[in-house]
Amino acid sequence: MLKKRIIACLDVANGRVVKGVRFRDHDDVGDILELAARYSAQGIDELVFYDILASTAQRGVAPDWVAKVARRIDIPFCVAGGIRSLAQAEQVLAAGADKISINTPALENPQLITTLADRFGSQCVVVGIDSLQDADGQWRVRSHTGNPDTTRERGLGTLEWIGEVQHRGAGEIVLNCMASDGTRDGFDLAQLSAARACCTVPLIASGGAGCAQHFSEVFIHCDVDGALAAGIFHRNLVSIPALKQELAQQGIAIRL
Amino acid sequence: MNADVVLLATGGSNFTSLQAAIERLGARCRQSHDPEQIRAATHVVLPGVGSAGAAMQAITAQNLAPLIRSLSQPVLGICLGMQILFSHSEESDVDTLGLIPGRVRRLPNADGIRIPHMGWNAINAVRDDALLAGVTGQDFYFVHTYAADDSEATLARCTHGQAFPAVVRSGNVYGVQFHPERSGPQGSRLLANFLGITA
Repeated sequence: MLKKRIIACLDVANGRVVKGVRFRDHDDVGDILELAARYSAQGIDELVFYDILASTAQRGVAPDWVAKVARRIDIPFCVAGGIRSLAQAEQVLAAGADKISINTPALENPQLITTLADRFGSQCVVVGIDSLQDADGQWRVRSHTGNPDTTRERGLGTLEWIGEVQHRGAGEIVLNCMASDGTRDGFDLAQLSAARACCTVPLIASGGAGCAQHFSEVFIHCDVDGALAAGIFHRNLVSIPALKQELAQQGIAIRL
Repeated sequence: MNADVVLLATGGSNFTSLQAAIERLGARCRQSHDPEQIRAATHVVLPGVGSAGAAMQAITAQNLAPLIRSLSQPVLGICLGMQILFSHSEESDVDTLGLIPGRVRRLPNADGIRIPHMGWNAINAVRDDALLAGVTGQDFYFVHTYAADDSEATLARCTHGQAFPAVVRSGNVYGVQFHPERSGPQGSRLLANFLGITA
C-alpha cells in the first residue's frame, strides 16, 4: 500500500535555509546540506527546496547546491523557484533533482507545464499553487509570493486552476494555503477537501502544520497524499520519528 | 567493492544521484556510451527519467540496442530503464529493447488511486533471488505512470490499485520499477546486492 508522505520544505534564500511567517520576515535556520542530511536520517519521506527569491528576482535556481544535495542524500527531493524554461528544468534535473515544481511561471505560461511533462514525464512536474480565500469566499491563486510587495492576485479560481494544470500534464500538486502558512493552527481542511475532490494526481497539503494531530486530520479528512511542513521541523517543535510513529499507531499508512 | 559500473548515457536521466549512490558503496561508477567501456564494465545500469520515446531515440541514435542485447554481465534497468527492457511501451507507443517479453501499459485510474504512482510502497517477493536479499517487504520510492505486464520474469510485486512487477529478472538482465538511489538504506542494500552479483 502506498504510504502517506511527510515532506519537509526548506525555503532557500541566498544559499541558506530560511523560514518566515505568512511568507514574511525570514529567519536564517541553517545550512542546506546539513538540514537535508539531518531530515533524511530522521526518516523524512521527501524534501522540497523552494528558492523563494528566484521568481521575484527573475532568475533561475543555482544548480550548484542542487548537485550537492543530490550527492548527499538518498531520498527524493524536488526543487522549486524560478524555473521558467525547458533548459532550466533540464539543468535542475540533470543536477540530480527528482522533480521540479513550478508556480508563478506556470501561471504566466501554462503551456510550460505541457512542455515539461512531454519532455520529462508528468511524474517530474509538480505545480505549486499559492491560494488565499477572498472576501467573497472564493479561493483564488496568487503569484510572485516570495515577497509580499510583489504578490499578485490573478483573478483565477484555485479549483479551476487545479483542473487546468492536471489537464496540461502536472503529475503532482502542492497546495499552499497562504492564510494558514506559519500559523501552526492546522491545515486548511475545507480548502484541501475541495481541492481533493477535483484532483486525481497526488495532492500535497501545505501551510499550517503545528502538531502531529494536524497531520492525522489532513490525511483522514482530506485524503491528501502527503503533508508538508517547515517551521515545526526546523525549530524541533515536532520530532519526525515521533510524528511518524504516532500516525502509524492511528492506522495511517506510513513508512517507518 | 571491486565493481566497475557504467551508467548508460541515454539523456535526460538523473545520473548524479545514481552515481553518488553507487559510489557510496565503494564501487567505481561512470557514465558512458562508448561500446568498449560498456563491454568492459562489471555491471551496466540503465538509469531512467524521461519518456520511453525519448530514451529509445537516444539509444537508437547511439546504436546502443544491439550492444545492450549482447551484454553478458549483470544489467540493471531502473524505472524507465526497466520499462524499456520489455518489448513495447504504450508511452509514446514505441517498440523497446525486447530483452524481456511483455508490454508496458499505463496504470489504470481507480477510486482513490492516483496516477502517477508517486511515493513509498512495499515490495513483496514472489521468487527468491540474490538481488532481493534483506529487502522484501520493505518500502521503496516509486515515481511512475506506466508499469510492465506481470510475467515469469517477475521477482517481486508492488500494489497500487492493481499488482504490478516491481522487480524483474531474465538471465543477466534485472529491472526495478522504483528508484533504489532514492530509497534510503533499503535502496542502498538492493544496489549492494546487485553489485555483489557476478557474471
